[in-house]
Amino acid sequence: MVSFELSDEQKMVQETVASFAADQIEPIMRESDEQNAVPEDIIAKGWELGLLGGCIPEEYEGFGEELSSLTGLIALEELAWGDLSVGLHLMAPSMLAISVLDQGTEEQKKQLLPVFCAEEYKAASSALVEPYFNFCASALKATAERDGEEYVLNGSKCLVPLAQEAENMLVFAASSPGMGFSGIDGFIVPAGAKGATIGEREKNMGINALATYPVTFKDCRVPLAARLGGDAGCDFLRLLSRSRLALSALAVGMSRRAMEYSRDYAIQRVAFGEPIASRQAIAFMIAEMAIEVDAARLLAWEAAWRCDKKMDFVKEAALAKNYAAEMAMMVCDRGVQVMGGHGYVRDNPVELWFRNARGFATFEGFVMV
Amino acid sequence: MIDFEISPRIKGTKNMVHMFAESAIRPIARQYDEQEHEKPWDLLKMMQKFMGGGIGGALGTEEKKKEEKPEGEPKEKKPRETNLAGAITVEEVFWGDAGIALSIPGPGLGGAAVQASGTPEQKEKFLARFAGEDPVWGAMAITEPEAGSDTANLKTTAALDGDEWVLNGEKIFVTSGKSALEDSKGFVVVWATIDRKAGRAGIKPFVVEHGAPGMEITKIEDKMGIRCSDTVSISFMDCRIPKENILGSAEVVDKTKTEGFKKVMATFDATRPLVAAMAIGVGQAALDFLKQTLKEEGVELRYGINPHRMTSLERDVMQMEADLKAARLLTWRALWMLDNGLRNDLQSSMAKAKAGLAVTRITQKAVELMGPLGYSRELLLEKWMRDSKINDIFEGTGQIQLLVTARRILGFTRDQLK
Repeated sequence: MVSFELSDEQKMVQETVASFAADQIEPIMRESDEQNAVPEDIIAKGWELGLLGGCIPEEYEGFGEELSSLTGLIALEELAWGDLSVGLHLMAPSMLAISVLDQGTEEQKKQLLPVFCAEEYKAASSALVEPYFNFCASALKATAERDGEEYVLNGSKCLVPLAQEAENMLVFAASSPGMGFSGIDGFIVPAGAKGATIGEREKNMGINALATYPVTFKDCRVPLAARLGGDAGCDFLRLLSRSRLALSALAVGMSRRAMEYSRDYAIQRVAFGEPIASRQAIAFMIAEMAIEVDAARLLAWEAAWRCDKKMDFVKEAALAKNYAAEMAMMVCDRGVQVMGGHGYVRDNPVELWFRNARGFATFEGFVMV
Repeated sequence: MIDFEISPRIKGTKNMVHMFAESAIRPIARQYDEQEHEKPWDLLKMMQKFMGGGIGGALGTEEKKKEEKPEGEPKEKKPRETNLAGAITVEEVFWGDAGIALSIPGPGLGGAAVQASGTPEQKEKFLARFAGEDPVWGAMAITEPEAGSDTANLKTTAALDGDEWVLNGEKIFVTSGKSALEDSKGFVVVWATIDRKAGRAGIKPFVVEHGAPGMEITKIEDKMGIRCSDTVSISFMDCRIPKENILGSAEVVDKTKTEGFKKVMATFDATRPLVAAMAIGVGQAALDFLKQTLKEEGVELRYGINPHRMTSLERDVMQMEADLKAARLLTWRALWMLDNGLRNDLQSSMAKAKAGLAVTRITQKAVELMGPLGYSRELLLEKWMRDSKINDIFEGTGQIQLLVTARRILGFTRDQLK
């Protein structure tokens, strides 16, 4: 029966993360962006919310029940409302953890998951995106060739969060090139693996506070057991779809903040003797922003609901992500436009959201729910 | 608990209505587009028999039935889905054909106004007729040649003369006006002012029965689309109706403060998502047809690849799909809130704004993507494009919906955001 009501648990997650975002994240948003760094204590405090540990079952030392993508989306929306970079930094370990939880062998789960249930934050990461203009997740250029008891990785990756401090990194490469999504596998590569080179920290248009790196692999050898899902391999398209759910929620959260900010500004800002929100040109922009934010959220929720119900959700997640990426750019562009010159200067946050927003068209592989 | 699965009961109805739309409505859609001003009487009579005005339930009237509760005992609240069920039915019927769907007999918007603000006696007197054997229509007359959404400037007047109201003025764009007044023993709810100086506060709804002296249909519009549905002009020249045909009170007070006005506004909260559902039905028809054709032609839609690798066609179709689904989910949310007694004024205008615009674009895009076949009257696509445009216009244009949405998001009054 159709219902739009959150469960009590989801309401609690929403409230908890929302107040953390408002009290702790938002005040440091600008500073983090300018300094290109997320303050460590924020991550430590955020980790205390137990968002990832709450997704991992007891048998792997977590305190979660069944993994709910929908609940994950609710948390991510609130985090991104506070700040996208901080949210991504805080949840980066889940890129590896949730991939392993969803697709790993029993051994991989036992070996890799407990560290994410500890009190202390431990970075982990995942490498999917490649530095080519025509990058497509279905046609990776990075390859993984089997050589006896090992896989040999070759290729270049970029937009790898926290590569420098991650203890393990999940690297996606084509084990059967030309086979599309089904020919792609994930490999767990530990820090310091021979043949893996972490380049200089990237400089991107947005998400400045999040440390991302290019990583290159040259004859980097990992044991057979490092392949996600073991001999059977993994369902890469499913992981990609999970990432698309997460990215949709992050785009919705940040865009919602931009909409609310422009709305409040337009109500207070007086021109020609009345608030600019009293003019239809401004008011209609804000109305459309609000409608599109809600539309993108519902598309993402429906796709996540399908995922939780164990229904096919590949198509729905792709539609939701592409929709959310466009929505975020439209909403954040208007956020700047509503404020005019004030939106263009770095005293105000809308230019930051504007720069972050375009990233959603490029981002892939952020498996966070 | 969030859930997007419709209940088995609604699913059963949906499948049944879909089959009906496909087998009985779709095949005659073109015929009643070409033969404008004619009605598929056999079909309409049959529907009246089966539904006994039941479609009225789908148009929001059934919603207002009060649940009798014994005093004191808090009755266990059963989740309701009356409005959602209605919208899903509406979507399927409109998937069949928008013009025919709009000409289906029933209380319509006029009936909804009676239901919302009529006394028990008025409801009995005016609404009983819709449950009979013969098709009967109700209609609503608001728009005038010089005022549509700007209701404060309505010029039609109503003056009390003894036991009668005397109406004078001209109304245009009355949906099903001919059906209500000439083709059946129906009525039209006419909005007229009893005090021009009072602005909106003086505007009152009056039930004018078929055959009322001094009322005349002066024009039947020829339209771009929804041709099966009649749209008429009505002139009132000293048209006399009984004193008790006024809906609500005859007192001129600030209407925003009265129960009656709130009830009328509540009606809009119920009808807006239904108009959205109408649009979505037509959009789904166009999308279904397009996707089926692409499939037959062996054109694969590669979901999941990155957008810059997609063909322009893939991008367009996926955008259409996402837009339609987003519109539907916004509509369902507005209806779910209504069914659960939550205030949904913001969400209902959001749904209509999104659906009207999305479907207008979807049908236009579908015609474009089908090339010369899309433009030809051999297929129904071009008809859906003509039909769907009405959803961005009637029951408040897309711009009016944005205005209403914006006011609610900003917390602004009419005066603060004009």
